[in-house]
Order: sequence, then structure tokens, then C-alpha cells
Amino acid sequence: MRVALLYTLITPENKLLLGAARAKGVELEKVQDDSLEMELTHSGRQFDGVLQRSSSYARTLYSSFYLEQMGTFVCNPYKAHHLCGDKFLASILLAKNKIPTPKTYGAFSADAARAAAAKLSFPVVMKPVFGSWARMVHRLNDADSLSNELESREEMGHAFQKVYYLQEHINKPGRDLRVFVIGQQAIAGIYRNSTAKSGWITNTGRGGTASNCPITPETNELAVRAANVFGEGIYGVDMMERADGSLVVHEVNHTTEFRNSIAPSGVDIPAKMIDYFISKVKQ
Amino acid sequence: MADSECPDCAGHISPRPGIESGEVISCPDCGAKLEVKSVSPFVLEKAPEVQEDWGE
Repeated sequence: MRVALLYTLITPENKLLLGAARAKGVELEKVQDDSLEMELTHSGRQFDGVLQRSSSYARTLYSSFYLEQMGTFVCNPYKAHHLCGDKFLASILLAKNKIPTPKTYGAFSADAARAAAAKLSFPVVMKPVFGSWARMVHRLNDADSLSNELESREEMGHAFQKVYYLQEHINKPGRDLRVFVIGQQAIAGIYRNSTAKSGWITNTGRGGTASNCPITPETNELAVRAANVFGEGIYGVDMMERADGSLVVHEVNHTTEFRNSIAPSGVDIPAKMIDYFISKVKQ
Repeated sequence: MADSECPDCAGHISPRPGIESGEVISCPDCGAKLEVKSVSPFVLEKAPEVQEDWGE
């Protein structure tokens, strides 16, 4: 069995995964994505399984597709990266599969975006369709803020920055949930708490803090159902609590980070990821 | 393992035990982010900037 970790850099997560694999006697070969030479017109399998941990979304998409077509088991699969990584597509699929999710509009022009915001009513949340770590995720409190945001986006060159994604603002109680799903089970969860540094955003990379979120039958059921929309694998399912306590899923992360979640949850997340990955490669 | 030099400030950097190629370390002298290109020999390069499409 030949298995590899595909990465851009050895982040703390990737180092933990390598360590977990070694502790289990698994030789996980390190493959840096910028070293890949992919002969697209040749079919041949080099690895039985690849744990996809590239930091780059573009590289993740192309390498996952390439490797899968060559017959390699890729975790997560291409489909998961393609659909989770595009918020426009993910929202459609979550709603279609009856996963409670914030009301969301897509639009291709500033005028259509303004009309969508009027239907949602302010404040609204505007996000880039591609993006992570809460980059360019903005809460827009009024029509002026929206116009400023739209003008900035219209001036940007990238076509995908002119695909507008506007979402209902959930007045969450200063926190949201990150639930880790592996296969058909939610194995751990954290609350991501907003702080003075992070503002209304809860991302731990932006100054939010993590605390344990015990997995209840309700969070397990919802997180697993949300993950299954994108195909079985390893996910970080982000949820928010409405004022009545009900949960909505606003994002499903396909290459989930977990460095800040091991200590508060008390769960050895990388060990469970390696167990799952290896079991799937062997199937 | 031999020491290496910071490509930015030429500061002296020793590899810490358990370091992996592909890891990013900070130069203790100037704070530059450096990628470990190789552990043995210990080779450092300026780490890539975080790109727009990086994330989880």
C-alpha cells in the first residue's frame, strides 16, 4: 500500500497528521504540490491513497481530479472540494438536501445584489464565493455599506469577485460551532467564540477562541447529514445558533483545520483522520 | 545536521529536532518566514506568501 500526504507547506495540521501516521506504523509519503509533474494524457496510478491537504484551492481541485482519474483514492474526493469550496454551489446543495442553512442569494450584477439585499433586509453578510479564513467576509449594515462593497468588487478584475453571494445575517450568541465529521460520525466539536480582536467573526485564525462543544445527538445528526451532501469524507461543519436555539449550517470545510480544536475537545483528531483514511484505502 | 543561513539577513539558524521539510520557521534574528526545503542538508528559502486561494 502506497499512501501520501499532498501538501503545500507542512502546516501544524500536516505535521500532526504525519506524526499520527508514524505512530500507527503508516508510511505516509510527503508530496509537495509544487513538485507534482502530471502527465494528463497518461493513465497510471502512483499511489493507492492520497490525503489531500494542499493549502491552495486551485491545486486541490486539479490534483484531486487528476489523481482520482488515475485510480487513486483521494480523501477528500474531488467532488467534495469542488462543491464545498464554492459557497454558491454549497448553499444550493445544502438547501436542496433540507439542511437548515441561512437564506442566501446569488447575483451577477450590482443592481441584482441590491435587490437581493432588500429581500434579506439589513444587516446582510457578503462573502466571496471562493475564500477561506473569513477573508472578505463582511457584515453590511445598510445600503451605503453595500454600495461601497459592490463598487469595490466591480473595480476588481477577477470575474468570480463579481459573483455576489449575500446571506441572511444570523444574530448568533457571540459564537458558532465547528463540528468535525469523519465518515458517518461527528467525532468532536468546538465553539468558536468571538473576541474583541475578532469582532463579529469567530474564526480562530482571526482572533476567535476555541472551547469544547459536546456533540449532542442533534449536532451529530445535522453535521453528518450536511457532510453527506458532499460525499463521505472528513469535514469541518460550521453551524450557527439562531435566537431560538435551532442550528443552521453555513459552511462545510473540505480541508478542515484542527490545530486549535484538539486541546479543547480532548479528541485526537489527526489520529482519527489517519484511521479513517487508511481504512478507506484498504477497502 | 549543519546549520543554515537566513536568506534575508544571513543570520545563523540551527535545525530543531523533529523538523520536517516543508515546515515554515521564523528567523530568530530578523523574523523572516522561511521554508525548510531540506532537513539534511539543512536548506532554507524564503517561505511563499499566503495566496488568495489558500484556506481550508
